[in-house]
Amino acid sequence: MASNEEILAGLAEIVNEETGLETEAVEMDKSFTEDLDIDSISMMTIVVNAEEKFDVKIPDEEVKNLKTVADAVNFIAGAQA
Amino acid sequence: MTAVMNQTASREFSRIHGVGSFRPDVIVTNDDVCQWIDSSDEWIQQRTGIVTRARADADTSLLDMAEGAARSALASAGIEASQIGAVIVATVTFPYATPSAASALADRIGATPAPAFDISAACAGYCYGVAQADALVRSGMAEYVLVVGAEKLSDVIDNHERTISFLLGDGAGAVIVGPSDIPGISPSVWGSDGSRWNAIGMTHSQLDLRDAVLQAESSPDGTALVAGTEAQLWPTLRQDGQTVFRWAVWEMAKMAKLALEKAGITAEDLVAFIPHQANMRIIDEMVKQLKVPEKVIVARDIATSGNTSAASIPMAMDNMLKENPELSGGLALQIGFGAGLVFGAQVVVLP
Repeated sequence: MASNEEILAGLAEIVNEETGLETEAVEMDKSFTEDLDIDSISMMTIVVNAEEKFDVKIPDEEVKNLKTVADAVNFIAGAQA
Repeated sequence: MTAVMNQTASREFSRIHGVGSFRPDVIVTNDDVCQWIDSSDEWIQQRTGIVTRARADADTSLLDMAEGAARSALASAGIEASQIGAVIVATVTFPYATPSAASALADRIGATPAPAFDISAACAGYCYGVAQADALVRSGMAEYVLVVGAEKLSDVIDNHERTISFLLGDGAGAVIVGPSDIPGISPSVWGSDGSRWNAIGMTHSQLDLRDAVLQAESSPDGTALVAGTEAQLWPTLRQDGQTVFRWAVWEMAKMAKLALEKAGITAEDLVAFIPHQANMRIIDEMVKQLKVPEKVIVARDIATSGNTSAASIPMAMDNMLKENPELSGGLALQIGFGAGLVFGAQVVVLP
């Protein structure tokens, strides 16, 4: 089971791979759409890659609730627990 | 003693003998689309890969387009309409629940009295049609089968909504499936997932529309059906883009791999990959997931045709063979997927 810091770092790598954004830009309080300019299709790609990386299931209906990076980190941490 | 009756004698193999298409001539640019939705040419190209989409004018019907594609497929196959043993039209936009587009088409091209029927499998409709044509030819039920994917999606869109309408175009594509000396169509991988019936579809039903019309006849306001929603009275298409994208890429990549496996080949053996032209990002991500080698030509007809549902694969195939005639005889993986949700995939020898 990964710590929140490890999840954040892993997520930042995934975001970087999909969008080219610097990993440092992926901070807990950032909104995926407003701050990071990630659209719905990129978001889904990030979600699927996160599922694989962290060995969790993130259902379609949950994706809409993942508004900030913290939302995603907390969901993944909870799903791993 | 019970008499022994005849049963149809089967054939071993089938293949696609010819392909044709009809492209309507109203070109709708991204700038045109931006009159209706708040967006930009750059945003749409980046997000969907669509530069223009072709749509039919009011005088060009779905049947006109289907006929154009069918005649061009017949010429490509070098057969006469009288040799056709079945006519299958895959469409979700023929404006009559009955009779079928296929029976009218058979009459128009001179294929009467061939059996003729429509299938409703949205963007998988053409691959469903090829699966059926393959079975009809190999079972001996028909010698040649005309499979047409035809859509006039512009009749069922709402230009002001932004989940799907701006992606869509009109057109028709057709193939002739017939007997072959060598395997020309691999075992079909096809199926459905009705648990996601609502992921892509119409805003409401024809019965809802009827009730609204009845209400309008008895009171001045017939819009109660859609009051408080963004929908038009006339049912139009909507989708849950995220759900569809995940399914289309990752679930469909599995089905595409299964089709290769059932064909007994690998992606290395392909000369072409012709996925349903839904969105360039779905195509790109599928290519990545399937590890399609660089040498394989990937259909990207969506850039100028938009998403034409059941018509997209045969239209893209026809275009690809016009641009790269040397691909004829090579193996192509085709996969359609869409509203239902439904999917169908085969490896085919290109005509």
